[in-house]
Amino acid sequence: QLDFWLAPRGLGHPVDVRVPFPSLQPLKAHLEANGISYSIMIEDVQVLVDHERTDMLRRQRQLLLSTSTFDYATYHSLEEIYAFMDLLVAENPNLVSKLEIGRSTENRPLYVLKFSRGGTNRPAVWIDTGIHSREWVTQASGVWFAKKIVLDHENDEGLASVLDKMDIFLEIVTNPDGFVFTHTQNRMWRKTRSRHSGSLCVGVDPNRNWDAGFGGSGASANPCSETYHGPYANSEPEVKAIVDFVKNHGNIKAFVSIHSYSQLLLYPYGYTSTPVPDQKELHQISEEAVAALSSLYGTSYKYGSIITTIYQASGGTIDWTYNQGIKYSFTFELRDTGRYGFLLPAKQIVPTAEETWLALKVIMQHALDHLY
Amino acid sequence: DINGVGQKYHLELVLEDVLDKDSTVNCTAEVLYHLGNNIPPDVQFTIEGELKNAEEADNIFYNRIKSLEKELVAENIPDSHGNVSPEMEPVHLLAWVASGYVIWQNSTENTKFQLAQIKRVKQVKRSDEYLEFDYTILLHEMVSQEIIPWQMTVLWHPRHSVQVTQDSRQPKHASE
Repeated sequence: QLDFWLAPRGLGHPVDVRVPFPSLQPLKAHLEANGISYSIMIEDVQVLVDHERTDMLRRQRQLLLSTSTFDYATYHSLEEIYAFMDLLVAENPNLVSKLEIGRSTENRPLYVLKFSRGGTNRPAVWIDTGIHSREWVTQASGVWFAKKIVLDHENDEGLASVLDKMDIFLEIVTNPDGFVFTHTQNRMWRKTRSRHSGSLCVGVDPNRNWDAGFGGSGASANPCSETYHGPYANSEPEVKAIVDFVKNHGNIKAFVSIHSYSQLLLYPYGYTSTPVPDQKELHQISEEAVAALSSLYGTSYKYGSIITTIYQASGGTIDWTYNQGIKYSFTFELRDTGRYGFLLPAKQIVPTAEETWLALKVIMQHALDHLY
Repeated sequence: DINGVGQKYHLELVLEDVLDKDSTVNCTAEVLYHLGNNIPPDVQFTIEGELKNAEEADNIFYNRIKSLEKELVAENIPDSHGNVSPEMEPVHLLAWVASGYVIWQNSTENTKFQLAQIKRVKQVKRSDEYLEFDYTILLHEMVSQEIIPWQMTVLWHPRHSVQVTQDSRQPKHASE
């Protein structure tokens, strides 16, 4: 069972052998008993083989040729997602276009996909994923949503009726600097990568940086904290870009910001316990959306206002969008409830995206039926 | 609300076997959070019925580790993509149980901890029958959203309960 990589050639010449695990002890004993010295060149060949396999797969993935061969059931790098976007636009030029709404702290482009059947400045739905970079199932779901819209925009009655009158904007990697950091340095990175006030600590929580109750309870003034609100509202270019976009567009009717994990559907407010005027309607929509979501795989969600359902959080995205007059403002916290948390196994990406899409359709349909 | 003592909660819950969703057990518990939050909460509980017997799986894992040539060392469980290799699954589950103890000892009414990841685990050789693992785990605290590194030394044997003999919060690097 010994696998000679350098076969015996004569006295004084070394011999290299790959030894299967069960033969290790007997072989060592045999060599020692016969006064043959040895040294270990590779502790575990399998480790090297595994690394090589991973490297090869990575190289293969770089040759992305079409969104039909894209692997939706695995996590991708920023380059791969940006390549996907370009392909999707190229394959569907009459439906999809890519907009650059700004640049991140580290000067990465902030891209939004626009799905439109035409018209000028139609009422619109906004969806963003990946604002917190470690929440990987969200960016992965965003990619899936993009493809789903393209696949279903003619044959799915609900989606077709939405796109007949409304546009959909989808920002898949809302925090690209953080996302790259989760790939290269720290898988648990949440914030942006900005440096402020000469602190040793980096980053601002982009979901505490909006101008709604900014700096109040439910955010931290400590730059080293995961919920650091930043020096002032909209200090983060990633946030400012969306603020500018929303204000300039002026006709967004539904705004959904997607996070993980906890399995929750939330509506404003997070910064105050005062209920929003549209509380009843938003609660009703949430109930319906959650029922649709659960119908697919039985995944259970709770729903309610941010402050009553999760915790007090100030400077949050949908508090600001709601106060801008975007009535249908929602936040999702996707799978799971803590077993894997941020490290959700890739095989759950597609089921998560599928069930979430059903909830999103409820929200979009409601907005369409109740345009204001 | 108990004046001068703290807040007591009466809970009725269902325990679900993570490895077998259909296996559930009813449980009632009383949790007392003390005023001042500097002692761990008191927990009393009763379980209706029996927890599943895992003796066979425990023994297989125990024997496998006992027969290792070199002490087990591993990192990042699950990995970035959420993968846990089958060989590491029991190591993961053991960490989960042990982290439950650490979480309990450090919980207040304003915390919600989850085990986020095992950063590193190293088996420590012992002369007795116990298995000992030195874990560095990452705890995710939901309210603050902080990721907190924590070291814990875990002792286990199939016929004895899991013990955390030592644990300490670790400093976080400013550059991370």
